[in-house]
This record gives sequence, structure tokens and C-alpha cells, in this order.
Amino acid sequence: MTTLAVWKFASCDGCQLSLLDCEDELLAVAGRVEIAHFLEATRAVEPGPYDVSLVEGSITTPEDAERIRHVREMSRVLVTLGACATAGGVQALRNFADIDEFRSVVYARPDYVSTLATSTPIAAHVDVDYELHGCPIDRRQLLDLITSLLLGRRPDLPGHSVCFECKRRGSVCVVVAHGTPCLGPVTRAGCGAICPAYQRGCFGCFGPAETPNAAAQAGLLRATGMAEDDVVRAYRTYNAADPTFIELSRVMAGPAPGAGPGGTGQEET
Amino acid sequence: MTATTDVSANQPVLIDVSALALLFETLREQGYTVVGPTVRDGAVVTAVLDSADQLPYGVGVETEAGRYRLRDRADRAAFAHSAGPQSWKNVLLPARTRRWSADRSPDGTMVVSGPDEPRRYALLGVRACDLAAIGVLDRVLAGGRHTDPVYAGRRDGNLIIAVECTEPGATCFCASMGTGPQCGAGFDLAMTELVDDDGHRFLVRAGTPAGAGILAALPGRPAGPASVGQARDAVAAAAARMGRTMPAVNLPGLLAANRQSPHWDDVASRCLTCGNCTMVCPTCFCTSTEDVTDLTGDHAERWQRWASCFDLDFSYLHGGSVRTSGQARYRQWISHKLGTWHDQFGMSGCVGCGRCIAWCPAGIDLTQEVDALAAAAAVTS
Repeated sequence: MTTLAVWKFASCDGCQLSLLDCEDELLAVAGRVEIAHFLEATRAVEPGPYDVSLVEGSITTPEDAERIRHVREMSRVLVTLGACATAGGVQALRNFADIDEFRSVVYARPDYVSTLATSTPIAAHVDVDYELHGCPIDRRQLLDLITSLLLGRRPDLPGHSVCFECKRRGSVCVVVAHGTPCLGPVTRAGCGAICPAYQRGCFGCFGPAETPNAAAQAGLLRATGMAEDDVVRAYRTYNAADPTFIELSRVMAGPAPGAGPGGTGQEET
Repeated sequence: MTATTDVSANQPVLIDVSALALLFETLREQGYTVVGPTVRDGAVVTAVLDSADQLPYGVGVETEAGRYRLRDRADRAAFAHSAGPQSWKNVLLPARTRRWSADRSPDGTMVVSGPDEPRRYALLGVRACDLAAIGVLDRVLAGGRHTDPVYAGRRDGNLIIAVECTEPGATCFCASMGTGPQCGAGFDLAMTELVDDDGHRFLVRAGTPAGAGILAALPGRPAGPASVGQARDAVAAAAARMGRTMPAVNLPGLLAANRQSPHWDDVASRCLTCGNCTMVCPTCFCTSTEDVTDLTGDHAERWQRWASCFDLDFSYLHGGSVRTSGQARYRQWISHKLGTWHDQFGMSGCVGCGRCIAWCPAGIDLTQEVDALAAAAAVTS
């Protein structure tokens, strides 16, 4: 039987909880795989190697940088779960600041805290076979990936924008109909476009879509009334350290919606 | 599908707005599921309706490139709104449908079942542009050698109740595409809404025996020449109030001759490649299939879902995607829609509904892009 291991690095546990959250399918999963290492669910631990390792969290300490190499060596297929593991998570905000200053302000005894200056994704340290994005991940994507690995078929992991799923779901566009800022056009699909279905703009928790247009998105966000700082903050959440989101956060101006041909958008509206 | 027949003998009839309740009842008695316009989340959407009370009475819309807002109207008109974010494609070719499912029996044999049994739909409030769009989908999905079973199943037995457009939006250009706003053919019933001091009523004409049968069940009175003239004038006035015009150029020729135009860089600088234009387009018919299995592999399903030429996966061949740049993808979309569609299907893929203009978050306007492309071509030639 296929052996499955679940690993935690710097994270909130929400993504591995998505596996336990597969209530209807959980028993079926448990019947098809041998859960060999999953501390959130059981203290019983089987020794490696493992067929599939699900890895949650980012690398923030020297010990974890060593431990992930060990996990990789023991795993045939390594899958990263969620924004922490795929992009560094919200804790990667430290990458834009002074970690020693943070440490001195937050902790009574900063010298007790051993930490790296950055939070980095798993793929910055070891080879990764599949990435599930999101904060948290989508449990249907997790189930589809596990099923695909068991049966040897290709998982359904789209790289296009959230807009595809939003329209397929029949939601009314919050940008066009409400003037609400939304990162949907530059964000990777996979969540099922949850937020716009509740009339909220997408906040980009799945990270960048395959070919985002930074200037056009900047023009769109600014037209909804966002200031330059707001645009930066919009990208500085769960995928703050994603290189593409860093790039997007540096573009402040673009053609306003409806600017038309020749609308280079360098002027602000 | 609706049969066409000579109904010239049928005289137009006037029905009061109160008769819409009976229309719904009659449709339900005849086994139809009614789909029509209603307000949800700040837009007029198409949805399955239980009663005439759910129609968007007194709701108007304001559209512009990348912008759509509801507004209150001074009257209680139910069909005085231009195209919303959905089209009849959402009913006839839904975003996601099951093509088949298969179960492996313990003895190793396979049991396969086809698409889910569709309901019989009455489409209420179909505009002239959308009648043209259904005509395009009929040609593409049911008019060739390979019929799309999902579309054909859902299209079969439709009753189409058209409502002529008297309130075009700023993004509308059906008049310049030759598709509207008056409804010529392809409907079972065609209504024109009239609201004034003489009351809230509809001029109704039947296009098929099925439509005539429905109309006969409604309390109506013969329409005099004054009402017929009033309805005709309202639709003619709508034709003159289109907010957009498609430039009167040879579109297939323009697009074919300008594959290397610098204008593609210009439009790509504004295009988000988000795919919204193709999703809201009433004729964009591309789909892909997605196979799903349960954990055992004994149960498998094939789902059909909307695809888009703005997706890198859409042009993925061995080794990579063929159209990676925004330039290439926008050019592909508009070239097919306005150009090569003619070669492929003998008609335009664009009906002038303006959805792609209003629902593009970046507000890209294909009529302007054609204009700019023609201007760039004139400069370089």
C-alpha cells in the first residue's frame, strides 16, 4: 500500500487540517494509503522511506533547512501544501524588514530565539514534485492530487486566472459591477473563486497566475481608489515573497480600465 | 429546436403585464423550466425563475468599457436592460457538465451512462443579438458532422420567447453587426415591451405553432396599428441609440493582413489575459475535458468545461504552449471571432452584444481595437 507522510515546517497547520477536513472522503483515503507519519492525526510513526510526502510550512530556522533535506531523501514524491510551503507564507514579511529588530521588539529574551533572516519556500531548498497553492489549500485539489498519484493520472492543477473559475461559477464580477479591488485577474485559479462569490475581491492567496500583466492590474487597482501603498499591501500577504508578486508590487501605474488604444497609462487617473 | 412555419396569418396581440404570471403558469404546465432575467449581486443575471415576480421590474443598467451598474428606472419595465454577465450559453452549454460516467463492475465489465437528462427550457427575454448568438452556436455545435451532445440535448425542445431591445447600452453595437435590435426569426414568441400612460403591456407575435399555442392561452386583445407602430418605433429608436459601432471594414481581410501589426503590442499592454471576454461571449464555444476518478479508480467521470484561448494550456502541445504572449492570445481571439470564423462557419462569430467590452476588467473594446488596427494598417501601407 502507498505510504503517506505529512510534515510541518513554519505554518499554522491549516493546510494539513484540510486533509482531516476531507470528512466524507477521509475514510476512503485512509483505506487506500498507509498514513505512516502524520503527527496532527496520530502519534504512531512508521519509519521511512515514504511514497508520498505532503509538506506544509516554510523554512525559517537552520534546523528546518536541514530537516527538509532529510524529508526529501526519504520521499519518492514530495508535494508542498499552501502559501507557506510554496512562497514562504505571511511570515516572509520578515524578508522585507530587519529580523533582529523584530526579534527585539516581540520577544522578552530575543537571545532564546534562533531564526533565519528570511522565510523561504520548500522549493528554494529541495526539489519539489507538485505544489498546491493557497492559504489554505483547496481540499478538492488535495484529494484530486492524492487520487491522481494513486492511479497514475495527471492532476488537474490550472495555472490560469481566478476569473476563469469566477465566470464558470456564475459569479458577478466585483470589479466591473461593484468597483471592488480584486486580484483575481493576476491570481492562480484553484480555489473555485470563493471570495468573489461572497462579493469580496480576491486577495491573491493562491499566488500569481501563469502570465499576470502587472501594469494592467495596477491600472485596475488604482482606478478602484487604491493608493500606491495599498497596491503594495495587496500583494504583501500570504505570497508576499513570491518573486512574481514582488514584481507586481513594484508597478504602481498602468492603463486605467477603458483607456483604449494608445493608453500607456503612465498618467494617473 | 424550433420549427419555422408561415405565421403571417397570425396577428400581433397585446397582453398586459399581469399576463406574465399566466405565461409562467402555462409554460410550467407544458413542462418547461423557465430561464430568464433577474437581479442578483448587483447585476441582471439569467437564472431559473419560478415566477414572473422575479423579473427585474424597474431595473435599468448603465454600461461602459469595464463598468456595469444597476440603476433605478422611473417606470416598472421588466426588460429595459442591456446584456448582463451571462448569456444563453450558460444554459445551453453550461460552464461545467458531465459527458459520461463509468463504473467498473466486480466482474471487470464497464457500465457507462451518458450525459445527465436535460430539462426542457423556455428561454425568456432573448434579445435579437442573443438570437443571433444561439444561431451561431447551432451552426457550430449542432450544424456540422460532429454534434455536441450536451448542447444538442439542452437545445432540443427549447421554447424561445424573445423580447426586442428598446434600451441598448453604451457598449451595444448589434445594429452595426446586422443582428438587431429587431427580432427577425428564430423565436417562438417575440414581445415588445411598452410602458406609458396607456399602461404596461407587451405586443406579442408568434413565430411558430408552439408559440401561437402559448399565446392563445394568454388573455390578449388584437393590437391596433397604433400599438404596432409604437413598438416598431421603439425598436427603431433603439437601433439609433447604440453606444458603439463596429467599423464598416472588411474584417476578415483586415485581420488576415495585419498579423504583424504593432497594434498587438498596444492591446497586449492593457490585456490581463484573464479570459473574461471569452467566458461572457455568447458564442465562444471552446471547451476542454477533465477526467475525474474516485480513489479506487472504479468510478470515473468525464466533465466538459469552458476553455479559453487566453489560457496557456489551450495551445499546449508537446513541448509547450504555442501562444505564450498576450499579443498572440488577443490576436487569436479577435482574429477567430471576426475573421476566420467566416471561413470556418460562413458567418461572423460576433453578434454585437457588447459583453466582452463591459465585462473586461481592463475595459478593452474590440470595436476600438479594430479601429486602431485599421488606422495602424493605413499608416504602414
